[in-house]
Amino acid sequence: MALESPHITAIAIEATEFPDLVQRYRITGVPKTVVDDQIEILGALPEPQFIQEALGALQADDHRQ
Amino acid sequence: MAMLSESDQQQVRQMLAGMIAPVRLVFFTQTLGCDSCVTARRILDEVSALSDLVTVEEYNFILDKEKVAEYSVDRVPAIAVVGEQDHGIRFYGAPAGYEFMSLVDAVLLVSKGDSGLSEETRMRLLDVAAPLSVQVFVTPT
Repeated sequence: MALESPHITAIAIEATEFPDLVQRYRITGVPKTVVDDQIEILGALPEPQFIQEALGALQADDHRQ
Repeated sequence: MAMLSESDQQQVRQMLAGMIAPVRLVFFTQTLGCDSCVTARRILDEVSALSDLVTVEEYNFILDKEKVAEYSVDRVPAIAVVGEQDHGIRFYGAPAGYEFMSLVDAVLLVSKGDSGLSEETRMRLLDVAAPLSVQVFVTPT
């Protein structure tokens, strides 16, 4: 995703090393994806569903052109 | 002792043979209070030894303020996977276990400049017009 958009940063976080982040983002299982601190996606989804979840909620706000 | 077994090294060497452009692993570390920084550096050294196109660049999280700001790093160990340009791909924590293959994949993607995503996904991502962070939490096992 980061490769395809200059606006997207992709960050992989090793959960066991950063308990503060685990607590802040309420990580109860992995993989868990947090988009823009607000959208949470638990588990690995197929690409179309993942993109839908990750970007779907952004349609109403200023992330879209 | 090597972090990667002989067979892992062989496999990663073969994968990295598919690289096209050079990739820098920009590594942020600190001397005190970061045990996994040592592990992370060893893993990066072993990966870079497997391809002439992979280099490791090390900065100190406390001292190299300019680089910390340039790569927007907020904790250590941190690794930025950077090709001809910085696409904003970061790894926090030692890239061991499953994370190791994700790192190798990221190196390949950046080197080839190809995300491998579908045309439809690419079109949707072009719509993103403001900064968006995608954080993926993982564990080594």
